[in-house]
Amino acid sequence: MSGSHHHIRPKTPQELRTAALETVLIERGLASTDAIDTVVAKFQNEIGPRNGARMVARAWVDPAYRERLLTDGAAAAAEFGYGGMEGEQIRCVANTPEVHNVVVCTLCSCYPWPILGIPPVWYKSPPYRSRVVREPRAVLAEFGLELPEGTEIRVWDSSADLRYIVLPMRPDGTDGMPEDELAGIVTRDCMIGVAVPRVGAVAA
Amino acid sequence: MIERDADEPFTAPWQARAFAMAVVAAERMGVDWDEFRDRLKAAIAQRPDQPYYESWLDALEDLTGKPAPTPR
Repeated sequence: MSGSHHHIRPKTPQELRTAALETVLIERGLASTDAIDTVVAKFQNEIGPRNGARMVARAWVDPAYRERLLTDGAAAAAEFGYGGMEGEQIRCVANTPEVHNVVVCTLCSCYPWPILGIPPVWYKSPPYRSRVVREPRAVLAEFGLELPEGTEIRVWDSSADLRYIVLPMRPDGTDGMPEDELAGIVTRDCMIGVAVPRVGAVAA
Repeated sequence: MIERDADEPFTAPWQARAFAMAVVAAERMGVDWDEFRDRLKAAIAQRPDQPYYESWLDALEDLTGKPAPTPR
């Protein structure tokens, strides 16, 4: 991107607005270029769904950790050193053969940043926020997840006070798989609840 | 339909920048993140179909106080 000086395109209104606001905030001492760069880099490089995937894999291999995770998600995250903004209260909900869980924030975009990073654009979009509550089965089908008729779908609406992570079921065919490999099949979507882990899947 | 192709946290660099600006500004103002989130919720409620990060900028302007118009 930065090397493409042959194609200088005009900035979009959003880019101009953001740049203008950044200048104003810097002038008023409410931001600095370095501080902004640091936050961007942190969320690009350190904080993301791999954190949550490690917790899920641990819960699969360690029943005591699973209990702690289901009792107090934030404390279980802290065992890995994960914590901070938007991670103060985390509730982990476990999928079972009878119940499938899926997470939304109907009012804005609440999400457990320290263990899942920043949510994808679709999670923050009006169609997902409204439809997953009204017709979860149809929405999950659009994500390619067809659940048995008898499976109950529970939709969890995140709030300022409480964030959710889904603990998926450990898939068949993973006996004896080491923990780090297990973490590798746990995608972000599995922890939002719009997918389930599959052997052979490679998590982004 | 849900835009499944919008699978990344940000679809343009300005969005990541806007995100980080709010985190930094709230911290420097010494205000709780709830102060920002409440404004974000209000901005989204006011213009539900506006792209998400434009509501984010609305909330950030609201939190930090709208800049005075520059004299011409």
